Amino acid sequence: MIRVLFLAQLREQLGAAELQVVAEDVVSIATLKQYLVAGHPHWEQFLSNSKLLVAVNHQYAKADVALKTGDEVAFFPPVTGG
Amino acid sequence: MSFSIAVQTQDFDIGHEYAELVAGDTAVGAVVFFVGRVRDMNHARDVKSMSLEHYPGMTENILQNILDEAKARWELIAAHIVHRVGELQVGDQIVFVGVTSAHREHAFQAAEFLMDFLKTQAPFWKKELTTQGSVWVEENVKDVDASKRW
Repeated sequence: MIRVLFLAQLREQLGAAELQVVAEDVVSIATLKQYLVAGHPHWEQFLSNSKLLVAVNHQYAKADVALKTGDEVAFFPPVTGG
Repeated sequence: MSFSIAVQTQDFDIGHEYAELVAGDTAVGAVVFFVGRVRDMNHARDVKSMSLEHYPGMTENILQNILDEAKARWELIAAHIVHRVGELQVGDQIVFVGVTSAHREHAFQAAEFLMDFLKTQAPFWKKELTTQGSVWVEENVKDVDASKRW
């Protein structure tokens, strides 16, 4: 399984904080997004936002990064700390 | 303790941080620190309080990466980052960045670098409670530009 997290404003927009995805169903961040939108069509407007950031196992990642079982993927908006 | 990061709900004490930064090291000739606070006004919104969320695990990774990068670029003796999370009120302290070096140029530059990268890389999000309701703070383009100069 791959653990998928939605943080901050994105969590509120999607109405979901976390879900599990079977690793065989997705090979990369890009296919994970497609998979999520297929199951939740109304998420597309939020997940297609070009400003959205993605981390895999606590490091920033690009859309073509390969995923494997045990990975933790987080989607979140631009950061605003400090 | 000479290079450390902390993510915490509790407040921090400047005097204590300063004492820790310079403790037992007479090579320190310059100390620079920055404190960020909750403002009462943001984009013409009257801010009452703020909720600060972060991504545990990644936050510490990123802050450590930023600190390592600063150590590689400047001659630093000590550096300390403290960032608060949770519920904060107007006037509360949010973030502390303190840097020591033999000379001020290194300390000044490293402190600015640390704040610029913290603001654009570290996974923290602010949600303001204002007189018009709660509002997620938007990314500041000036912060993105500031981080590009390094």
